[in-house]
Amino acid sequence: MPAAQPAPLTLVPPAADAAPRTIVDVRNLTLTYQTTDQPVYALSDVSLSISKGDFISLIGPSGCGKTTLMRVVADLEQPTSGEVTVNGMTPEQARLKRAYGYVFQAPALYPWRTVERNVMLPLEIMGLPRAERQQRAREQLDLVGLSGFERKFPWQLSGGMQQRVSIARALAFNPDLLLMDEPFGALDEITRDHLNLQLTRLWLGTRKTCIFVTHSIAEAVFLSTRIVVMSPRPGRILDVIDCDRDLPRERTLDIRESPEFQRIAHRVREGLMEGHSYDD
Amino acid sequence: MSRSTMARPTMARPIMAPWPLVMLAAPLLPFATSGGTDLYLPQIPAALALFALTVVTILSRRLPGSALGEALLLLAGVAAAYAAPLVLLRQGHALAQAGGLWLYLAGATLLLWRVLALLAGVSGPVRLAGPALFGLALVMLWEILTRGFQVPTILLPPPSLVLTAFAANAADLWDDFRQTVLISVLRGYLIGCGAGFLVAILADRVPFLARGLLPLGNLASAVPVVGIAPIMVMWFGFDWQSKAAVIVVMTVFPMLINTLAGLQSAERIQLDLMRSYGAGYWRTLAMLRLPCALPFLFNGLKINSTLALIGAIVAEFFGTPVVGMGFRISTQVARMNLDVVWATIAVAALTGSLLYGALALAERHVTAWHPSFRKR
Repeated sequence: MPAAQPAPLTLVPPAADAAPRTIVDVRNLTLTYQTTDQPVYALSDVSLSISKGDFISLIGPSGCGKTTLMRVVADLEQPTSGEVTVNGMTPEQARLKRAYGYVFQAPALYPWRTVERNVMLPLEIMGLPRAERQQRAREQLDLVGLSGFERKFPWQLSGGMQQRVSIARALAFNPDLLLMDEPFGALDEITRDHLNLQLTRLWLGTRKTCIFVTHSIAEAVFLSTRIVVMSPRPGRILDVIDCDRDLPRERTLDIRESPEFQRIAHRVREGLMEGHSYDD
Repeated sequence: MSRSTMARPTMARPIMAPWPLVMLAAPLLPFATSGGTDLYLPQIPAALALFALTVVTILSRRLPGSALGEALLLLAGVAAAYAAPLVLLRQGHALAQAGGLWLYLAGATLLLWRVLALLAGVSGPVRLAGPALFGLALVMLWEILTRGFQVPTILLPPPSLVLTAFAANAADLWDDFRQTVLISVLRGYLIGCGAGFLVAILADRVPFLARGLLPLGNLASAVPVVGIAPIMVMWFGFDWQSKAAVIVVMTVFPMLINTLAGLQSAERIQLDLMRSYGAGYWRTLAMLRLPCALPFLFNGLKINSTLALIGAIVAEFFGTPVVGMGFRISTQVARMNLDVVWATIAVAALTGSLLYGALALAERHVTAWHPSFRKR
């Protein structure tokens, strides 16, 4: 697979790093589901600030609200109380302005569209002219290493390839913010390593702000600038770990063997164990 | 492909089951009766020749190198057996007591079983010959049995008589077809399916409509067509409008519930994706929910294609301008012209199958991505 080069369209000058700007700001967010027997506290008083260019991983056991938190940011879920701003707007305004690309747990590709037309879907909704749609789709598919598969249908590809198509689709309209909800959760270890490497290169090349939900400690440490450890019942933030100080921005798979990596992974694991309750 | 089947040793073909050999007992029984006397096989040279041909094909079935060759050879034997009763009838013999002949025919029909089994194993377009031969054999047996046992034509005319009636009444049948299918059915079907579709969209947009309309639609579709048809004729007159109205009543509901079910079939994650793009109701409908609903829409269209034809024909029993399939059936039954009735039934059955087939073909083409059709 070719190394991901920065796409000409998606390149942001590195100077933007100089003064970090808050992209996502979450303040005292609470979300309670009303079920028939008792209320479920999916999120309880969660506050988090994410700067431009950050790669944030949300990690925690099932039911800790990590996906819910991201869905609130994406305006796919309404909070009970608290405030969220995305690019200085409410989540709804941000959604309508297409401020973010969302990569779901499953590829969510439309089976009646070819791979290329799946990537073109957001561009069609935005009303871009046909030639530009096609050019951008080709570029993004090239970026995720899927040149030559434009005319295939999603169900003709493997699971890993399908998920790469969905990443290309999220990148196609060049959003500043990329929300990824366990995108590699259903894939095997080798494919996952491979896609992690591609993703970190992609992130370095495009300097997008990423929020990444995962179950995997190694994945979180490998990809992130900051790791947010969450715990369930009620869903809350236990620890925020800065990885950027100890790990280089540009990462290869072998840094997973380094002591710094192990130390951060250890801290994440301790945080997870602390929040883990054994009564269920 | 044919080369590989040619090269295959003859033993690769399954051994023939012994059942067709019951025909070897046929010469012991009479093959025809003429003027009250039984005639045996040696007394009728034509029958003897045909019987001998069939036996020879069975004996020499191993000679051709391929399954297709054997199938063709045995088919000749079957054809000879099916020709025998027709030849004997032409010679003026009676067949009702001809036990030998019927045994011969039974053996040949069992032989046809083997021909069809062999053809089913052959690759390529020849495979399609199997179903065609099956249908042809049924029609031939119908012809032979109705004429051989002198079934009254009022009860069941032989297909040759139906075909003659078809040719003699071609102009009438065409007028009926135009009136019933091209005018009533087509318009009623389009209005009914279109209305069902639009109401489904409306009910999807306005939830209380769905709750109010579904029981009502259910009620309408449960109304018996023979009850609603005379009322519609009184309301809308003798011409196509009343037939279309009956069809609309019958077809709206199946289309409505199929469309509603189809619109619900988009997955949550696919809907979330559209929402994340800030796509509104209509755009989500056009780009996601309708494509998802296509298999359901085709289900509704296919069910309705047969319902519409039945509705129009039944409705025509209650009043038409003097043309139409239903009118033809009701008047010709009264005149005991059952051959014309059967010809009309044949036209209706053929039309229904073709409509259904065309829709199924369109479905295959439009929803080739669906798991039930997709090819890697």
